[in-house]
Amino acid sequence: MNKIVKEIFSPSMRLTLLAVLASFVFGGVLVAFASSEVQTAATYLFARPGDFFLAVWNAVFGAYDALFRGSIFNYKVDNLLGMIKPITETLAYATPITLAGLGLAVAFRSGLFNIGATGQIVFGAMFAGFVALNVPLPAGLHLVVAVIAGILGGAFYGALVGFLKAATGANEVILTIMFNYIAALLLAFLLKTPIFQAPGSQNPISSAVPESAKFPFIFGDQVRIHGGLILMLVAVVAVWWLLNRSSTGFQFRALGHNPSAAKVAGINIGLTYVLVMAVSGALSGIAGATQILGTEKFLTGGVAASFGFDAITVALLGRNNPFGVLAAGILFGGLRAGAVTMQANQGVPIDIVLVVQSLIVLFIAAPPLVRSMFRIKAEKGGAK
Amino acid sequence: MKLELRGITKRFGAMTANDNVNLVAEPGQIHCLLGENGAGKSTLMNVLYGLYQADGGEILLDDKIVKFAGPGDAMAAGIGMVHQHFMLIPVFTVAENVILGHEPTKFGGLLDLDAARKQVREISDRFGFEVDPDAIVGDLPVGVQQRVEIIKALMGDAQVLVFDEPTAVLTPQETDELMAIMKQLREAGKAIIFITHKLREVKEVADKITVIRLGKIVGEASPKSTANELASMMVGRAVDLDVEKGAPKLGSPTFKISGLSAWNHAGTQVLDDINLEIREGEILVIAGVQGNGQTELTEAIIGMHGRTAGSIELDGQQLIGKNVKQVLDLGVGFVPEDRTEDGLVAEFTIAENLMLDRSDRKPFAKGLSLQLAYLKKFAQEKLQQFDIRAQGIESKASQLSGGNQQKVVLARELSRELRLLVASQPTRGLDVGSIEFVHEQIVATRDSGIPVLIVATELDEATQLGDRIAVMYKGKVVGVVPATTSRSVLGQMMAGISA
Repeated sequence: MNKIVKEIFSPSMRLTLLAVLASFVFGGVLVAFASSEVQTAATYLFARPGDFFLAVWNAVFGAYDALFRGSIFNYKVDNLLGMIKPITETLAYATPITLAGLGLAVAFRSGLFNIGATGQIVFGAMFAGFVALNVPLPAGLHLVVAVIAGILGGAFYGALVGFLKAATGANEVILTIMFNYIAALLLAFLLKTPIFQAPGSQNPISSAVPESAKFPFIFGDQVRIHGGLILMLVAVVAVWWLLNRSSTGFQFRALGHNPSAAKVAGINIGLTYVLVMAVSGALSGIAGATQILGTEKFLTGGVAASFGFDAITVALLGRNNPFGVLAAGILFGGLRAGAVTMQANQGVPIDIVLVVQSLIVLFIAAPPLVRSMFRIKAEKGGAK
Repeated sequence: MKLELRGITKRFGAMTANDNVNLVAEPGQIHCLLGENGAGKSTLMNVLYGLYQADGGEILLDDKIVKFAGPGDAMAAGIGMVHQHFMLIPVFTVAENVILGHEPTKFGGLLDLDAARKQVREISDRFGFEVDPDAIVGDLPVGVQQRVEIIKALMGDAQVLVFDEPTAVLTPQETDELMAIMKQLREAGKAIIFITHKLREVKEVADKITVIRLGKIVGEASPKSTANELASMMVGRAVDLDVEKGAPKLGSPTFKISGLSAWNHAGTQVLDDINLEIREGEILVIAGVQGNGQTELTEAIIGMHGRTAGSIELDGQQLIGKNVKQVLDLGVGFVPEDRTEDGLVAEFTIAENLMLDRSDRKPFAKGLSLQLAYLKKFAQEKLQQFDIRAQGIESKASQLSGGNQQKVVLARELSRELRLLVASQPTRGLDVGSIEFVHEQIVATRDSGIPVLIVATELDEATQLGDRIAVMYKGKVVGVVPATTSRSVLGQMMAGISA
């Protein structure tokens, strides 16, 4: 417990939290600017400044209140289910983002800048979807096989990048970006073929996933929490173990910090590239599987949504630490869930949330900026 | 022009790199600033050259206080610096390099290269440098490139010349030539500050010696002091520079290299028909100026060099064609020449670095699971055994001094069952205390009946540590000679002339 408290107040953690705080403050300023009441009150600012500040307060408080009610706890409804529904929505959104974020964290820790979570999610979803839609299996087994297929799909698509890097020296950033297009377009194509397209349909959408391959809901049908959440929590612990307690993870990290020393110590660099990318892709593959088998229950071209890119931010924000990624994933899930309520109740454009997300990235990427804003001294004193 | 540094203090965070340092350089004198790596010599010179601003103290030229905001100011005031790493553009000619930054012009803006050529020739003739102003710098030998640096410093009519570890990259002959040049510059009335940690050079040219240790001036020494006396001042305790080793107990030649050639990525041949043999209990030193194929040779042995032909045999097993892991598993210990780049993962702890080579097998791993309890015990043991000075086994490698980093590498490599030890410049950049320790460990390894291959660029180390010396020049072995061979013969061999 003591250790956790210490970690929270450690300098880098503090910077992360302050970056998030600063992003919300700036987001609030934007909310105020965008509000028509504030704009009206501003026209007679000098006559009645009180009106102006009241309008600002109402706009900002209203927006963040709605965000809270949409993402964590809705105290304005009278039944328990309605009250806790927001947090379950948050977790539902957090599941794929966190899973893909974990995958990217593994790659980042190993020195590989995998931008290809989007493509790996798509492959996971396609493989899982293929088994779910086209391979008849008994209930229970069907789900397990479909999830495994999703894992293999993501792992395959990731490993391919690792292999190309190891064999040809190609840059993984460019490879993964291009692979994202290939995956998205391949999916769009396959959705027009009998492999995925629902019979009799003209739209690029599959038929519904059969019951036998669906993730079961944990808290009944009203709440969108399904077995994927459990899979995600298991993955958090598994990735932590992999990175910190296994010899494979040790070699991943050695490669990430200093590839030449790893090479001299006899670590097979090429094989490790392939392994890292396979593990990284497998985690995104699970994300894809949970989306199709748990949340959406159809395969569509939008299965990866913006999860692949949110995952980059989440991995960054969580500082590539599995538990940090979990926390960041839940934060992003919450922003996504709450944004809907914010727009519906307060008329705050949903884009404000995207701005907050982007500001978080900006502040995380520029620690000196946050330090100077909060007047924190640099961790390591002096020049070199 | 007389230069005086008075009470210079420079801090980096909590670390004081220079503490109230006083130094006077008189015209017509060579003043040696002697100290170990990390003693604060380079920091002091960077303060003088305007690269750092001092936290306290002042710089005086001819008893007038001056302030330098940058190297430009220092140069304008008549201070020239010859850097350890040359600041030259290889594809430019000598004249073009020399005028870089203050190009002479004619007709309002056109580059006047003729004037530059004339100036270079003038300086070259005056001091006997024999430098052709039209030669491409990249084609010149290292020693001549250094003269170009000196000309560059003299072009601004420098009266105070600072040489920062100038002999690190030179052959013994080139070093002698540099010494002669320094003496000539002294005759011409320049004030010379010569920074070094090599005692032989100090004794040869110094008029005055100032010893710096841990950022403080510990005193002046007479050029007549013995090497051991100077070293003791430098380190702060009595040291013995001689390597203690008895006669080798030779076994059979278990390590053989025959007909080894190698090519780099561009297809240039970097090793040419190398034939060497090392017996059990023998240290063979590969001597030679850096960049004559030593790196490629060690890479070829441990399986990191791509294009090789020939044979490398250890205990009758062919090493060529095996990967690094297989070679290490056959009992090869390898201390790479660049320990921060190839030897250690800076962000890893000491403990983690100690299992870098065996993290995937017993006793460090069971299945996939790391045995952290064993690692802890192992690391604590090695910390003791190899006298690694650190807060504990959880200290990061990047927080250690060079000497302690090298001890971590040695501890790791020597804790496997060895059949051959390959160490490339094992004492490069280390303090005297660590050098002693590293030498002891290498000799102990030899005495346990293991063939040892050392790459050395300093002749003193080669002759002291080696039982035999093989000199390399341009990818070839010029000859293999006993360690008792004279410096001048070895020096000639290092220039490619076989004995």
